[in-house]
Amino acid sequence: MAIVVKRPKLNIFERMYLPAIAKGLLITLSHAIKRLRGQTKVTMQYPEEKWDSELPDYYRGAPTLVKDEQGRERCVSCQLCEFICPPRAITITPGEIPSGDTWAKVEKRPEEFEIDMIRCIYCGMCEEVCPEQAIFLRKDYAITGTTRAEMVHDKEKLYEIGGVREGLVNKWNELK
Amino acid sequence: MAELLLILPGLIEATVKIVGLVFLVILPMVAYSVYAERRFSALLQDRVGPNRVGIPFTKISLAGLGQPMADGLKFILKEDFTPAHVRKLYYWLAPALTMVPALLTCAVLPFGGYLKVPFVDEPFRLVIADLDVGILFVFAIASLGVYGIVLAGWASNSKYPFLGGIRSSSQMISYEISLGLSVIPILMIYGDLNLGSIVQQQHEHGWALLPVTLDGLKPVISMRDLALLVPLSISFVIFVTSLFAETNRLPFDLPECETELVAGYHTEYSSMKFALFFLGEYAAMIIGSGFAVTLFLGGWSLPFGLGSDGSDSLFWGLVGIGTFFAKVIGFILFFIWIRWSIPRFRYDQLMRLGWVFFFEIALFNILLTAAILMIFRQS
Amino acid sequence: MDVLFYIFSAIMILFGLGVVVSRNPVTSALCLVVSFLGLAALFIQLDAFFIGIVQILVYAGAVMVLFLFIIMLLDLKSEEHQPMNYMAFAGGVILAVVFVVQLASVLSSFKAGELGFPLQQHELTLAENAEGLPEAAQERMAEEKLPDVHLVGRTIFTHFNFPLQVVAVLLLVSTIGVVILSKRKLT
Repeated sequence: MAIVVKRPKLNIFERMYLPAIAKGLLITLSHAIKRLRGQTKVTMQYPEEKWDSELPDYYRGAPTLVKDEQGRERCVSCQLCEFICPPRAITITPGEIPSGDTWAKVEKRPEEFEIDMIRCIYCGMCEEVCPEQAIFLRKDYAITGTTRAEMVHDKEKLYEIGGVREGLVNKWNELK
Repeated sequence: MAELLLILPGLIEATVKIVGLVFLVILPMVAYSVYAERRFSALLQDRVGPNRVGIPFTKISLAGLGQPMADGLKFILKEDFTPAHVRKLYYWLAPALTMVPALLTCAVLPFGGYLKVPFVDEPFRLVIADLDVGILFVFAIASLGVYGIVLAGWASNSKYPFLGGIRSSSQMISYEISLGLSVIPILMIYGDLNLGSIVQQQHEHGWALLPVTLDGLKPVISMRDLALLVPLSISFVIFVTSLFAETNRLPFDLPECETELVAGYHTEYSSMKFALFFLGEYAAMIIGSGFAVTLFLGGWSLPFGLGSDGSDSLFWGLVGIGTFFAKVIGFILFFIWIRWSIPRFRYDQLMRLGWVFFFEIALFNILLTAAILMIFRQS
Repeated sequence: MDVLFYIFSAIMILFGLGVVVSRNPVTSALCLVVSFLGLAALFIQLDAFFIGIVQILVYAGAVMVLFLFIIMLLDLKSEEHQPMNYMAFAGGVILAVVFVVQLASVLSSFKAGELGFPLQQHELTLAENAEGLPEAAQERMAEEKLPDVHLVGRTIFTHFNFPLQVVAVLLLVSTIGVVILSKRKLT
């Protein structure tokens, strides 16, 4: 059963187009005037103006590794993040902690930890899956580089961006 | 040889005018009207627009005034790609054929009254070719502009450009008629086809759409001019709307409407060849604006018959040039304003508007003008 | 200035040949356009600005665009080589000969030196005898320019008023005919 759409009957002024066109012109003109008088919010002028201070806590920027308050690498190279990572951006080479070390009881730490920032999609799965809360998404979003190799963050770089995070998991230290 | 020497001063004068007007004014204006379009549309849509490119290798941005140069450079450096399936000769010919007529029409456009240069007795007329058939010349050359688009559509040998070319040619042929008919009241009133003398008359008796002169401080308007305002306003509306259609500008940009035809007749073009289409459209818009200003808004003359035509002083000559280009720029801004405010027409609506409404109204308008001229005939 | 005459004549003849010789209909049509432009230039050289411009406006700008339009819509392929049609060939030759004979007869009756090139002075005196020309035309004649638009208009609307009306009615009839044909409902 076909539905008959009733078209509204236009009066003579509406059919002449001109009043409607004038109305449209006035609308755009009012926008232009408001814009000239600075009454409209416009796009931010990015490199000069930034929104960094107002980024929300849950902002998902570059994934990084963190150390705890005693300078221990939180990562125990369980490789869960490597497995969960949808674009497979993370590559971990696990390594054993030698018995003489202070943290010998942790047994494992990453020998190498690489995140390919060209592949990373900033989904935050690695942060969610990490049992040690060692990987965090920071608020850095301007990740740039001139070569592909430069865009692969190695362990050193990841710790440099990540820094230290206190509290959280305490199963390895005396605070327990 | 003696004959050559006789025409030499005229040749030099013409060359100076052509180079000055076309290369120093119109072409930069074309480039900057693209910039104006982007900035003004940004203003209308609460955006910023291109405001960064300034002097290269410095931080000085000059509100983005370097953008047109950068765009031009970019177009030249792009790969000039000719698809394998096109008809080569016409494919190469088409961009030139859109640009040339657009620039050629400015030959009869009076861009000022006279210019009295020191040490020269005779003041220069500020028009490249002072033709007695100026208006017809404009129509004749502008009607050649359609070849470029038709050829581009046909030579590209692919569906969307072809449809664009077909649309464009039928649209331009249709609206040429109402464009021509809407000018006839002006010709009837001024009794002349020479654009220069039309402006001169508007300078003396007030603009076509503002027929007011000042007597001391008291505005004077005759009954005849007041009555003629009715057909002239109708003419103006028809003329401007047809101009939009002729220059393929929104709301009548169906030959290249993106949503239906990708980019219309220039889909297969790249690099500088595409730029020629793009700039040809803007050149046509500028010349069209100049034409509308000349016919309806008094050309280079100030309102209310103020000032002089510049045949006795350099100052008023320069003021005339400034007035003309100020009016043209105002008209271009109007073009842009319309473009970013009104949605596109449907193709059948466009044809209906041209043939069923404008054609008849313009014919009736001529009759009305004739009747008014009869009533107020100076006996 | 004679140089220009030869240049434009050469253009006309070359592109006129192009119309006949070329196998591609679009090329033919465009050659014809260029030929028209050359013709317009020749008119303008004879001080007939109005006729020259109308030549471009009507033929190059409107008629040929429609031609091109139709050719493109029909998508005509380049013409194949066909066996010579001797009747058509003979007809063409006869037509050309007749035309040349007529041209020769006209040229032989023209007495060079009587009117002289350019004809402008002669035309001006003729124009001054015309009555009731508007102010703009009078001014132009004072500057020794020929107000050809005014003169053409005046001649058509005074001396040839009736033929003009007949032509107008003819055009109206054809317009109405086209509208009726295109509006007719297909049964």
